Amino acid sequence: MTEMYPTPPNGDAREPSVSPPLASSPARPAGSNPGTPLKLWRSLDELKTGRASKQAAPAIPKPFDAVTRGGFLKLMGASLALAGLTGCAQPSDWKLAPEVRRNPDEPQGESLYYATGFSFAGHAYGTLIRQYAGRPVKVEGNPEHPASLGATDIWGQASILSLYDPERSARVLNQGVLSDWDTFAQELTSQAGFHRTSNGGAGLAILTQTVISPTMGELIRQMLAQFPAAKWHQWQPINRDNVRAGTIAAFGAPQNPIYRFDQANVILSLDANFFEFTPGHLRYNHDWASRRIVGPGKMNQNRMYMAESTPTITGGKADHRIPVKASEVEAIARAVAAKIGVTGVSGSAPASVPAAWLSAVVAELSANKGTSLVVAGEYQPPAVHALAYLMNQALGNIGKTIEFTDPFETASVDHLASLKELVDNMNNGKVDLLLILDGNPVYDAPADFNFASALSKVNANGLSAHLSMYEDETSALTTWHVPMTHDLETWGDSRSFDGTTTIHQPLIAPLFQGHSPLEFLAIVNGLGQTTPHDLVKSYWQREMKNPPNFEALWQKTLNDGFVANSALPAKTVTPRANAVPPPAATPPSGLEVIFRPDPTMYDGRFANNAWLQELPKPMTRMTWDNVLYVSPAMAHQMNLSEGDVVVVGYQGGTVHAPVWVMPGHPDGAVTLHLGYGRAKAGSIGSDRGYNAYLLRTSRTPWFGGGATITKTGQTYTLASTQRFQNMEGRDIVLSTTLQEFQKNQNAIIEQVKLPPGSMYPGYDYKGYRWGMSINLSTCTGCSACVQACQAENNIPVVGKEQTNIGRWMQWLRIDRYYEGDPANPTQYNMPVPCMQCENAPCELVCPVDATTHSDDGLNEMIYNRCIGTRYCSNNCPYKVRRFNFLLYSDWKDDMHRMVYNPDVTVRERGVMEKCTYCVQRIRLAEQRSLAQGRTIQAGEVLTACQAACPTSAIIFGDMNNPKDPIVNLKKDPLNYSLLAELNTRPRTTYLGAVRNPNPDLKGV
Amino acid sequence: MQIFTRSVNSIARGTLIGGILLVATLAVGALLYVRSPWVTLVGVPRQQPIPFSHKHHVTDDGIDCRYCHTTVEYSTFAGMPDTKTCMNCHQQIYAQSPLLAPVRESWANGQSIQWTYVNRLPDYVYFNHSVHVDNGIGCSSCHGRVDQMPLMEKGQTLQMGFCLECHMHPQQYVRPKDQVFNLAYQYPANQAEVGTKLVQQYHLQSKISCTDCHR
Repeated sequence: MTEMYPTPPNGDAREPSVSPPLASSPARPAGSNPGTPLKLWRSLDELKTGRASKQAAPAIPKPFDAVTRGGFLKLMGASLALAGLTGCAQPSDWKLAPEVRRNPDEPQGESLYYATGFSFAGHAYGTLIRQYAGRPVKVEGNPEHPASLGATDIWGQASILSLYDPERSARVLNQGVLSDWDTFAQELTSQAGFHRTSNGGAGLAILTQTVISPTMGELIRQMLAQFPAAKWHQWQPINRDNVRAGTIAAFGAPQNPIYRFDQANVILSLDANFFEFTPGHLRYNHDWASRRIVGPGKMNQNRMYMAESTPTITGGKADHRIPVKASEVEAIARAVAAKIGVTGVSGSAPASVPAAWLSAVVAELSANKGTSLVVAGEYQPPAVHALAYLMNQALGNIGKTIEFTDPFETASVDHLASLKELVDNMNNGKVDLLLILDGNPVYDAPADFNFASALSKVNANGLSAHLSMYEDETSALTTWHVPMTHDLETWGDSRSFDGTTTIHQPLIAPLFQGHSPLEFLAIVNGLGQTTPHDLVKSYWQREMKNPPNFEALWQKTLNDGFVANSALPAKTVTPRANAVPPPAATPPSGLEVIFRPDPTMYDGRFANNAWLQELPKPMTRMTWDNVLYVSPAMAHQMNLSEGDVVVVGYQGGTVHAPVWVMPGHPDGAVTLHLGYGRAKAGSIGSDRGYNAYLLRTSRTPWFGGGATITKTGQTYTLASTQRFQNMEGRDIVLSTTLQEFQKNQNAIIEQVKLPPGSMYPGYDYKGYRWGMSINLSTCTGCSACVQACQAENNIPVVGKEQTNIGRWMQWLRIDRYYEGDPANPTQYNMPVPCMQCENAPCELVCPVDATTHSDDGLNEMIYNRCIGTRYCSNNCPYKVRRFNFLLYSDWKDDMHRMVYNPDVTVRERGVMEKCTYCVQRIRLAEQRSLAQGRTIQAGEVLTACQAACPTSAIIFGDMNNPKDPIVNLKKDPLNYSLLAELNTRPRTTYLGAVRNPNPDLKGV
Repeated sequence: MQIFTRSVNSIARGTLIGGILLVATLAVGALLYVRSPWVTLVGVPRQQPIPFSHKHHVTDDGIDCRYCHTTVEYSTFAGMPDTKTCMNCHQQIYAQSPLLAPVRESWANGQSIQWTYVNRLPDYVYFNHSVHVDNGIGCSSCHGRVDQMPLMEKGQTLQMGFCLECHMHPQQYVRPKDQVFNLAYQYPANQAEVGTKLVQQYHLQSKISCTDCHR
C-alpha cells in the first residue's frame, strides 16, 4: 500500500476493458515490499512477525508412509486400471412412486414458497420458506416484513438444520420411562382438573420464555382466569430486564424503544450491540447501512461513536470506538448526559476515557439535535438506559430517531424477579405442578438459584413437566418430558420488535411426534386435545372481530406473512422527575468478568446445530468452542497466549477456560461467553467448551468485579479458521476516509496495482454477464451470508479436528483484518467467495476439464468430472476452493438428508468444490425465462448470500443489462478488484471501505 | 550354447502382436458394450407392476401426453400420474380387470404404485422438461415412438453424447411448436432450411456450458 502504480491514462484501473491498456510501468510482483510494516493484520502473531502465522497449524496426518518408487507405480497402475470402472454402475431398478391423490396445486418438480415467521428468544421476523416435494429446504427473509426486509440472520438460516436433527427428542418420558402423549394428556387433564376444583390453582406454576405469541398469551390469560391462584413465570438467560427497568425508571412504565437509524447522522452506542441480538437487529442493520453507502451523488455518511466493553461486530463498524470496562459505561453516560444538559445528572468520565473523545461526542450530539441517537446496551444496568432516553429527550430525538411503543411482549416482566419468585415458591413447597414450556432453566438459571435442587422439591410433592425439542438437562430432572415441535412444524404466531404480527404456518407435519406449547396449554385449560391450527385461527377470528370476509382476510394474511397494520403505534412519553437512579456507592473493583451470549450458540439453545458450531465466530473466526477474551496488554502482563487454560474464579465458583487474546478488549476485564459446556445437548453439542453459567449469579448477571485468573500451565487446542487461506500480506482491503474521498474520488483507485496488460483480445460476452459487488463499508461480518451459502449449497461440516487442519468447507469466508494499535484497532471485514475470474488460473491447470468457463462468464465446477488432483486449488490466488478430503456429506441418515437442496449435487470424497454464484438459481431462472420466451429481468436472480445480507453489502446481477444496479456499482469510483495485478479479471469486485472519522479527533 | 531356439523369435513376435490385438479388442469391445442395449437398456421393455400400454392409450384411445404427464410444459419434471388419474377412467372401464388389481389396491389402501424407472438420468444431471417442450423439441426426439410401445422402453441412450448432438445442432431436431406432442412427426426433407428458420424464430440457444446440466 506504500508503493503504488501510477493512475493509468484512462483513469479506470478497476476493471480493465476488453483489452486492458499496457501499464506504463513494469509489473512488480505483489507483496514484494520488504521493510515496510504491515498495515493490516489478521492475528497478533501476524502483527508481531510481520507475516501470516503458520507454525500454529498442526501437522496434517499422512495417510501413507513414505512412498517408494515401486509402491508409486503399483498405486498408479491400480488407479489407471480402476479409473474407468467408476462410471459403469447403472442402477436399473429405481422405483417411481407417484402419490395416490395429488394436490393439483402443488407442481411436481418445482418449489413453492410459504410466508411464515422465525421467532427466537423473545423476538421474531418474517420469513419465506422454500418447500420442495413437501419438505422445507431453505429459509429466506420476507422482503415485505418490516423486521426482515428480505434479510435473515445465522440462526434463521441454521434453524432448518435443527428441524431435521436426528437427535431431536421423539418420545414422551415419564420419570425416564417411555410413555406416550395420550397418557400424558390424561395425566395433565386430571392434575389440572384437581387444581381447578380443589384450590383454584394454588401450587400450579408455569414457566415460559418471553411470550411473544398473541395466541399463547390469550391461552395463558384464560388459564390464569380459570386458576386464579396459579402463577406464570418467564425466564430467559439473555433477557431485556435492563431495557424494561430503564424505561420504567425514565417514564414510569415499561416501554419498547424502537430506533430509526436511517434518520440518525450521529450515533452514540453505550455498549449496545444492536447489529446482533437486539429485537429488530436485521432492520437496524438495514437502516444503519442506508446511511453508510457512499457513491456518486451520495457523499455523506453517518458517524458512530461507541464506548464498548467486549468487542462485537457493532464496535467493528464504529468510527470512534473506545474500549472501556462494562462497569465504566454508566459513568461515561452520566458525563455525556451532564454535558448535554440533562437536568439533575452530574458526574465525570473515568480517567481511561480520552477527553477529546468525550468532548467530540458532546459537540456532535449537540450539533445534531433531532438527527442524533444514543443507544444503551441491553447488558448495561437500567441507569444507563434511563440516561440514554433522557439524552435523546434533551436532544429532541424522541419521535425522530427513537420512538416508544407499548411492549410488544404479551406481558412485560422482570425475568430475574420472576424466576426468583418461582424458585422461592418451589423451595418453600408451594409448587406441586410445574409446567416448563421450552427453555432449559436447569442449565441456564443463575447459579445461586440452584434450580435443580428446587426442582427436586417439586418432584417430591407433585410433578413437573418439560416441553422441549431435545432431552436436555432440564428434561432429565423433570417428571415428564414431552417433545416439542419445531417452528416449521406447527401453527403459531409472533410479534416483532415493532409489534408487527406474523402468523406461522407449518411447512411439514411434526417429524418427531412433537407437540406445540399451544396444545399443552389447551389441555391445562380443559379444552382437551385441540390442534394448534384451530387455536391460532379461532384466536385471530376473534381478534379481527370476525368480519364476514374473514376467510379471505385469513388467506391474505397467511400469504403476506404478517397481519396488516399490526405494528404498535408510537406513544408520547414524558420523563419522570429524578428519573435516573443515583450511581452505585461502591463501583465494582478488582478484575472484572463480563458475561455475553455466544456469537453463534446464543444462550446454548443451538448447541446441537453443527452449522452454527462450525460457523467461524465473527470476531475470532473460532469454531466449536468458546474462549475467554483477555486484552493484549493483560495477556502480556500475565504471560498468557492463545489456548492457555486458566481457572477463572468468581463468587465462589470456578471454570477452566482457554484464553483468546482479543484486540480491542478493555484491560482489567475478561469476557466469558454463555452457551457452551452443555451436558445433555446431543452428540454435536455436549461437552464442548466451558459453562459460564456456573459463574453467573443473580447479583451480577452481566458483569461484576473481583474475579481471579490463575494459569494452569495446560493448553487447549482451538480451531480458528483465520490461520488458513491467507493472502500473504498483499494489499487486500482498500480503505479511505469520507473526508479524503470527498476531496479525491480516486482515493481507492490510486491504491490499486494494475496488471501489465495482455496482447490478446478479450472475449466478448454477448448474453448475460454475471457479476458481484461487495461493499466493504457496510459489511459488518455478521456471517448470515456464510450460513445462507451453507444451506443453499449443501455444504457439509467437517468437525473440529478437520477444521483445525484447514479443511473446513464453507465456500464463502469472511476475512477479518485489523489496522493499528492492538489495544484498540480498526476492523475490516471482507467476504471472499469465488471471484469468478474471467482469466481463471484454476481452469488452465485442470487435467480433466472439470473446471471450465461458461458462455456467461461463470467459472464452472463440475463435480462428477473432478478426479481430485487439487491443481486448481493450488493455482487459485484467492484460496476459495474447498476439497472433500473425506466423505463429509451425510449420504446415509434419511432424516438429515432431507435438508439438502435438490438442485445442488451432494459432493463425494475426493471432489473439489467452490462458490458458483448459486448457478442453480441462475440456470432455473434462465430456463424459466426461455420457456416463457423472455430474458431474465434485473433482480430476478438473487444469490443466497445476497438475499441473506441485512445491509445489502452483496449485490449480484447481469452487467450486460443496463437496468441492473450492478452496472453502476461496477462504475463506482470505489470499485476495485482483489489482486488486480494478477490480471485474473475477477467478476466479483469490492467497493473500498469508507469510514467517517471525525477530522478533529486524530488518533482516538 | 543357445538357450532360445529360433522359433522363440516368432513366438515373441506373436505374443507382442497378439497382446496388442487383445488389448485393442477388449477396448473396442468395452466401448461397444457400454453403448449396447445391455447397458443403455434402449429398446428393452421393462417389467412393470401393471402392464401399462402406451400404444393402447395413445394410439387406440387418442389420449394426449399431457393428460397424465401434467407438468411437462411448466416444470422440470414431466409429472407421473397419480392413482387417481388411472381411476378417472378405470372406475368405469375395465373396472374388474385382474390386470388392474394393483391400481384398485393402491386406490383402496392409499399406497403408491411402484413403477420401475425407464428413463432415468444420473443424480448429477439436472434436466428441465419445460424448457425443451416449450421451445419446439418433441417428446419423440428423446423418448422415441412411445405410441408404438406396448410396454414402455427407452427410446434413446440419454448419454451425454446424445444430448450434445442436439445442443450443438438444434436446427436438425427442432420442430414447429404445435408438433411437439405429435409422436408420429416426420421431419420434412428440407429440415436444414426449416430448422434454421425455427431456430431463429424461437431464439434457440446452443446451451453447451457444463452448468447448464451439471451443478
